Amino acid sequence: MKKIEAIIKPFKLDDVKEALNEIGIQGMTISEVKGYGRQKGHKEIYRGAEYIVDFIPKVKIEIVVEAERAEKVVEKIREAASTGKIGDGKIFVSPIEEALRVRTGETGKDAI
Amino acid sequence: MRVKPWMIAAPLLFTPFSLARAADALDTGDTAWMIVSTALVMMMTPAGLALFYGGMSRYKNLLNTIAMTIVAYCLGSVIWVLWGYSIAFGPDHGGIVGGLTHLFMNGIGVDSLQGSIPTYVFALFQMTFACITVALVLGSIVDRMKFSSWIVFAVLWITLIYCPIAHWVWGGGWMGSMGALDFAGGTVVHINAGVAGLVLALVLGKRIGYGKESMFPSSITLTALGAALLWFGWFGFNAGSQLAADGIAASAFMVTNTSAAIGALAWMFAEWTVSKKPTVLGMASGIVAGLVAITPAAGFVNMPASLVIGAGAGLLGYVGVTVLKRKLGYDDSLDAFGVHGVCGIWGALATGLFANPAVNEAGRGLFYGNPKQLWIQIISIVATAVFTAVGTIILIYITRLITGGLRVATESEIEGLDSALHGERGFEII
Repeated sequence: MKKIEAIIKPFKLDDVKEALNEIGIQGMTISEVKGYGRQKGHKEIYRGAEYIVDFIPKVKIEIVVEAERAEKVVEKIREAASTGKIGDGKIFVSPIEEALRVRTGETGKDAI
Repeated sequence: MRVKPWMIAAPLLFTPFSLARAADALDTGDTAWMIVSTALVMMMTPAGLALFYGGMSRYKNLLNTIAMTIVAYCLGSVIWVLWGYSIAFGPDHGGIVGGLTHLFMNGIGVDSLQGSIPTYVFALFQMTFACITVALVLGSIVDRMKFSSWIVFAVLWITLIYCPIAHWVWGGGWMGSMGALDFAGGTVVHINAGVAGLVLALVLGKRIGYGKESMFPSSITLTALGAALLWFGWFGFNAGSQLAADGIAASAFMVTNTSAAIGALAWMFAEWTVSKKPTVLGMASGIVAGLVAITPAAGFVNMPASLVIGAGAGLLGYVGVTVLKRKLGYDDSLDAFGVHGVCGIWGALATGLFANPAVNEAGRGLFYGNPKQLWIQIISIVATAVFTAVGTIILIYITRLITGGLRVATESEIEGLDSALHGERGFEII
């Protein structure tokens, strides 16, 4: 099994979710995160005091899938999340040792 | 003979009739208005100012700012009816204070009148001014003062700074007698609070990380709501200062709104030009700037004057908080001096220029042939500023002695006062 972690622009979440639903992925976990890479921060001004905000809000999606599907899923996410501009995000793939369904106790492929 | 209307009306010409309100006869219209006015001004402190200031404070200190504001209102309420009213409005002693004749509201009863309204209503209306004045001061020193110190300081300050100045201007003291024009509190409230705040900020020192760390306001939403509540309440503040429901109150009502609105627009356009984006914080600040400046002038100037006063306030306030503070390097955290001090001074001077006897025969400014008025205004501004500055410094040292230091411990300041002093959080944020 593989874990796919995708950090994307927040407004792209719906597009990514639809795209994954199309290929049969029916669940995911998301968190609201902040980060920066090549996309620099922005400026906010309060009564003349300028603040540089380095960290930009992003959304992190985490999915665990069978190893065979991982490549397809990554490609689908990349396609749906891309805008072509700096700050589109990154996707990471890592191996998962074990997975378990809480309700039934099923493990492995039956759990994801 | 057919009875004609004039036959019924004519005899009325012979009944005793006075244009001036008969002294010491209760007028229900005036009384009703003044009770409502008092309630409007009351709301300005625990609701208007608490939200306005709270929203500008950093999240970790949001509740502490609100707490200082609410407790200021409560302390003022109690002090006022114990000794404050007496010191401010009791029978005059040497033009300086009112003395203790009315300690615990002694000598004032259900039927006592102040002009055409019950004395109790008058006293309570004045009380709301005392409360908001001390509350304004805290705007300079949020994020770093001990709560116990604030309580002690507030009690001393209302008693020994606010009450005397209120007496000087409104209670029969020397400034009023000199002819200083301050309709609703340009000197008594705004210059007074602004200077005191600045002094307190200078003595307490800058916040840790000031000028280096980003200090984000917790909620411009709360600040905007606070500004709107302040605007609403200010109608009581200014129009109510006529102490009657009449034409001058109506005039004050109109110029108050006009000044606030154009103040907001002026600040907004200034900011838009300089920073390329108009902000809600700027609009809210401009509203308050316009309201502050019109406060001393409200019952003395006409509508065109209020446009100048409000626009001037918006621009001066913007410069006061962006340029002045940065150039001089002090940490007047929420700009009590930058807005209330600076715009209060502008308003007091503008009153000396624009006071129009056609609006209110009690006031004639430079533009209406009385240049001396401007000079009188300057004296009242300087006297207020000096008395407040010196007095506040003395009270700071007394407070320091009583509470063993004014400033919170470094760890508390870093942790945040909501947690360190109150054990609470403003919002449940997961």
